[in-house]
Amino acid sequence: MTQRTTDRLSSETARRDAFLAAYRSMLYGRVFDDKLASLYRAGKIVGGVYLGRGQEAYSAALAHQLRPGRDVYAPLIRDQAGRHAFGESLLDAARTFLGSASGPMRGRDGNIHRGDPQNGTLAMISHLGAMLSVVSGALLARRLRGELDDCVGAACIGDGGTSTGSFHEAVNAAAVEKLPLVIAVANNQFAYSTPNERQFACDNLVQRAAGYGVEGHTVDATDLAACLEVFEHAVARARAGNGPQLVVGNLLRLAGHGEHDDAPYITDAHRKAPYAGDCNVLARDTIVHSGWLSEAELADLQTQAQQEVDAATATAQQEAAPDPATQSWVALFTTHLAEGEAEP
Amino acid sequence: MSITYLEAIREAQDRALAEDPAVFIYGQDVAEFGGAFKATRGLCDKYPGRVMNAPISEDAMVGTAIGAAIEGMRPIVEMQFADFSSVGLNQIINQAATLHWRTGTPCPITVRLPSGGTPGSGPFHSQSMEALYAHYPGIIVLCPATVEDAYGMLLEAVAIDDPVIFCEHKYLYYHLKAEQLPDESLPVGRARIARAGQHATVVAYSAMVHEALLAADQLRQDGYEIEVIDLRSVKPLDTDSVLASVARTGRLLAVGEAFPWGGATAEVVSRVASEGFHLLDAPPQRLNAKDTPIPYHPNLWSVHRPTAGSIAAALHDLLRL
Ligand SMILES: Cc1ncc(C[n+]2csc(CCOP(=O)(O)OP(=O)(O)O)c2C)c(N)n1
Repeated sequence: MTQRTTDRLSSETARRDAFLAAYRSMLYGRVFDDKLASLYRAGKIVGGVYLGRGQEAYSAALAHQLRPGRDVYAPLIRDQAGRHAFGESLLDAARTFLGSASGPMRGRDGNIHRGDPQNGTLAMISHLGAMLSVVSGALLARRLRGELDDCVGAACIGDGGTSTGSFHEAVNAAAVEKLPLVIAVANNQFAYSTPNERQFACDNLVQRAAGYGVEGHTVDATDLAACLEVFEHAVARARAGNGPQLVVGNLLRLAGHGEHDDAPYITDAHRKAPYAGDCNVLARDTIVHSGWLSEAELADLQTQAQQEVDAATATAQQEAAPDPATQSWVALFTTHLAEGEAEP
Repeated sequence: MSITYLEAIREAQDRALAEDPAVFIYGQDVAEFGGAFKATRGLCDKYPGRVMNAPISEDAMVGTAIGAAIEGMRPIVEMQFADFSSVGLNQIINQAATLHWRTGTPCPITVRLPSGGTPGSGPFHSQSMEALYAHYPGIIVLCPATVEDAYGMLLEAVAIDDPVIFCEHKYLYYHLKAEQLPDESLPVGRARIARAGQHATVVAYSAMVHEALLAADQLRQDGYEIEVIDLRSVKPLDTDSVLASVARTGRLLAVGEAFPWGGATAEVVSRVASEGFHLLDAPPQRLNAKDTPIPYHPNLWSVHRPTAGSIAAALHDLLRL
């Protein structure tokens, strides 16, 4: 074999491995989301349930480029697949939806509002746009301490979230500081019921990159290979010191805003548009057509995901709920400065 | 026919739009979709062009409303949740609240805040923000506790030539029903005796009025008649009605769902202490939420905020003082 053939083959292997690894997270994300939907319908989940259906490829492809323990990640409401790719345990995800006291949020916060900030996964607040500058701050701290090295931070946001002042301020400030911030905008055409036309007036949100003086990229977010490629490139650019990267992926939200919403405003025209493909179905087709996995192997993977998800939710359901009587009702770290009730 | 608190809010906006062409509604998902809670359902079709979807830009939503108000319009801004009004805070407290005082130009905007806790809503979809807004001069803050007030006070809010923060309680949206809408209601700034009594006064507003009424039912079984005052409006605060009640009962418990530091209950206690000290037979008491963010889990949430049970316990303590 010539050197060129060897290179081509190894890069093809790498591509296949990345594809399969990301697909695995997409599948786990989808199976977990489906499980949540059925638990919600059965009245087993208090509060909202928001699904990432249709966004798995985009979400997993970003997180696939991140290094748990090194990079900073701020997932949002439709990033079950990405959280999985970044190493979140299914049990911790299930615990947060099911209100287990053993979960990372201990029942104090729920559903998608979860994370482990000291280990690089920020716990979103609901206020859209607010997480971006916090990722910047984590990167800035590392730079100040001389530990930035080739770290990146990634912040996820929706089309609607780009309309916030917080988004604008954060992207601009990160650009001024030339921070390695990757902003992943998932344009799923709607913000709750509001379509793109009522959200922004540019043709493509990536046009804003020029205004901020940052590099911009667009991708068909239904296409896993394309998502892997765009994030590989954008993350590499950020790591190499080229400043913030604004990535815009186009897709359709294949669910209601939350499970309480049957989304009557999503019309047939949207469902037939090119962005409306189901990334999980398309990725699976690619795997089969490329001969990377057999139907039987894919079925096994599906079964394994289902079993792990079922086990995680079953465990979380059996765990104790938070007990108000033994709860510490102190919001401060500096407990002796807290007013009101002391530790129980 | 029965009408819910939420329907009353929709009906009030319908009537405001019908009666005054200067009224329009601006907020996220308020048009065809009718809003996250359906408080504007059908209004966009009925009043074409006057019920507009906003981008997720609370600062711009409020700023736009203020600009329109300067031009003589009477905008209603819907926040999707009260909690997100924090993003529009600057425009409300620095622009809207100061406009008339600085320039003599009135600022008739109404900002609707779907407020308060419901099980499972967590730290960012549960807040009661009335105290924050009431702190600033130049703002009126209303907290209706009944279907009738949700309707009448919202109509009045839109008619008032000043910024009004309209705190509507999400827990009451579906739980409260009335037979019909009122023809007239008490004016803004006047409290209401929700239940007459002689042994102690509970001053409350919004959803806490109903918890207080339940607590009063419990205390009646022990032979106590509790007077429950529904403030209706947090600012202006009807100090006279509160003092008159305390003059009858000699004991005061102020109850609010908001955080304990400062706030409406502190204001009530402070006014009674300074203006009605001689009326008191016992130290005036307050009961509020705990001093932590609002928890997600219903087990924690139901202990975090005052309930009929904790109000009843606080009343028993007060009656022993
Ligand atoms: C500042 C702010 N305002 C309003 C909301 C209420 N809200 C929650 S999700 C949502 C729509 C978000 O749309 P988008 O950013 O496009 O994300 P998607 O849900 O489509 O993934 C809105 C308006 C919020 N969370 N934060």
